[in-house]
Amino acid sequence: MKGVEGSTRPAYAAYHDWFRQQDPDRLTKKSLDAEAFFRRTGITFNVYGQAEAQERLIPFDLVPRILAQREWSKLAKGIEQRVAAINAFLHDIYNRQEILRAGRVPKDLIANNEAFLPQMVGFSPPGQVYTHIVGTDIVRTGEGDFFVLEDNARTPSGVSYMLENRETMLQMFPELFSKIKVQPVSDYPKNLRRSLAACAPAGAGPKPTIAVLTPGIYNSAYFEHSFLADQMGAELVEGHDLRVVDGHIAMRTTQGYKQIDVLYRRVDDEFLDPLTFNPDSMLGVPGIMDIYRAGNITIANAPGSGIADDKAIYSYMPDIVEFYTGEKAILKNVETWRCGEPEALKYVLDNLKDLVVKEVHGSGGYGMLVGPAASKKELEAFREKLVAKPGNYIAQPTLSLSTVPIFCESELAPRHVDLRPFVLVSPQGINIVPGGLTRVALTEGSLVVNSSQGGGTKDTWVLED
Amino acid sequence: MLGKTAGGLYWMFRYLERAENIARLIEAGFRIALTRSTDAEGEWKSVVTTAGVEAAYAQKYESYTSAHVVDYLLRDTSNPSSVLSVIAFARDNARVVRTALTTEVWEAVNETWMTLTSLLAHPVRETELPAMLNTIRQQSALVRGALHGTMLRNDIYDFSRIGTFIERSDNTARILDVKYYTLLPHTSFVGSSLDNVQWETVLRSVSAHRSFRWLGESEMTAAAIADFLILDRRLPRSLSFCTSQIVSNLDYLAEDYGERHPCHDMAEALHSRLRHRTIDSIFEEGLHEFITAFIRDNNALGMQIESDFRFSG
Repeated sequence: MKGVEGSTRPAYAAYHDWFRQQDPDRLTKKSLDAEAFFRRTGITFNVYGQAEAQERLIPFDLVPRILAQREWSKLAKGIEQRVAAINAFLHDIYNRQEILRAGRVPKDLIANNEAFLPQMVGFSPPGQVYTHIVGTDIVRTGEGDFFVLEDNARTPSGVSYMLENRETMLQMFPELFSKIKVQPVSDYPKNLRRSLAACAPAGAGPKPTIAVLTPGIYNSAYFEHSFLADQMGAELVEGHDLRVVDGHIAMRTTQGYKQIDVLYRRVDDEFLDPLTFNPDSMLGVPGIMDIYRAGNITIANAPGSGIADDKAIYSYMPDIVEFYTGEKAILKNVETWRCGEPEALKYVLDNLKDLVVKEVHGSGGYGMLVGPAASKKELEAFREKLVAKPGNYIAQPTLSLSTVPIFCESELAPRHVDLRPFVLVSPQGINIVPGGLTRVALTEGSLVVNSSQGGGTKDTWVLED
Repeated sequence: MLGKTAGGLYWMFRYLERAENIARLIEAGFRIALTRSTDAEGEWKSVVTTAGVEAAYAQKYESYTSAHVVDYLLRDTSNPSSVLSVIAFARDNARVVRTALTTEVWEAVNETWMTLTSLLAHPVRETELPAMLNTIRQQSALVRGALHGTMLRNDIYDFSRIGTFIERSDNTARILDVKYYTLLPHTSFVGSSLDNVQWETVLRSVSAHRSFRWLGESEMTAAAIADFLILDRRLPRSLSFCTSQIVSNLDYLAEDYGERHPCHDMAEALHSRLRHRTIDSIFEEGLHEFITAFIRDNNALGMQIESDFRFSG
């Protein structure tokens, strides 16, 4: 809330006035109310590797994270540019591979990458859209200074929390929203439906049937899957509800099999089709890749999109943006050392205690090293892993992230945050919902915001001009 | 509607009904154990048998004490029919079909699960048992009320109701199956206190002791009680009431979908065995044979519904 010089950031001014008039006890009670509400409605997530009965809440902080329209416009423009480039990159990589021929991205990086799917080569998905839904992770280091941390072009999650956090705020503090004009986010499900429908295969007809494919109720993001299906008015299906019928994918209904045109899948590539990928997968649909390549179903996001958000590719993103858009990237990339390169590895090993080291294919904050927070022992253990398989890792400096206030023990306290705006892509254009999911590291000084690692969330406001 | 969704609704409501029935059985057993010193162990044994978990229980315990039986039926998760188990199954199914439920129904089920999971985290002491059973009954009423008050009357509602009544008729039939001998005219000592206890237990197991008295049309005799539980369509737990409900909900589905299935004929056949029947003719046929056949055919009907509406595979 405070700027560097100690004054209140302009975007927070109106909120701050309101906050000063509030009774801290009332706010504490509201906080508990919100928690009870989340539990009652079942807005919980499962934690992998813990006892099956474990359903946890993502802690919710009642102080909104506020962005001025001006700041947001710049951010949105940067995201749009980046997402457009990612789609162009994917189409190029699976078709003509101009960027490889131009030498802007090394061939090896693609050829030896698990996220690259040979099955997609020479194929163009309906509407030429690969990443129907993107959740770009952004951090801010100062006024208007945004860095992209990750591009999340596979199946980004969290949008249900964005929507529920806003609903909760509206219920708890209606007076705030009449005082302060906040851009609404509630159109997201409608826009998602429209955007997916616009990407339906050519033969689908005017009202395409959309379904959300979930791994099932034990998946950590199941709440979100059912929430989105519900809000979009789409069917929520599992692999065993689907099969190939007459050259299409169809779902088993009480009245027989019914064709599906667009599948918003929340299942990873490797589990999508046991005939093409992991043969043991029970989560996918045998034969769906054949139907897909025949152009009879849209899979969102397209299989093989992961090549674009791979952490090794990430370091080439400024080049990728420039190559396909002819413009300089608006959003900055965090400086990245590719440990597979000998000089970079030497630097990383020499400066391990100052760096964040991530697995190239990892996600969810698992298997990463935060140098400044690690013990000597942890650093040594990680050093061994790094030397053994340097190609598996990238390293980045720890940014001096800006903080935002949270409500903690009856007062405000600064914590580090990131932001995941949600982006919809269709042939009709790129649509970014004004706001997103703000994740917050609840431990003082911590930089890790992942919910699997104890992070929380807060509502994100983009103010009207 | 997805076949899986229909199946999820059907099973969700079967499990909710089962939780309530188990609570009712415990209540009846507990009452006998409290008020009569005679053969409490035998009563608890018949409760376990009625719940259909006799074999598994016998592997775990050697005797039928009140504490063991209550714990096994209420909160033992190794018993798939314990209240704690079936409430978890009901909620899992509710999560599967969440998009088909109103917020009210979903929240009622979720709250029921949260409440009972926390209450049943520790063994229930005898002094707490009546309150505990009461909570189970109230939570069931809450879910049922949300269903009736908020859900559209369409196929979602029909599958929910069909699950409820298949489970309920099975439960009433099981009680009759275990206790049929107390209802046979030739073995009963009319008016003896032993009979009165047995009969009251049967009525209590389906929460019908008060309605039976309230209707007050006949003396408490074996035939009158059997008639009430099997043929009286005013009693919402009688076999006749349950099968008539199954028939009408299946008919709504046939109308809605414009298609009849083998299960429609099976349901009518099952119901016609109860319609225009007298209890005397059932006694003539043999009460035990009649009940055994009913349980078998009711089960078969359930499985036919699962297959006709493509619940799975």
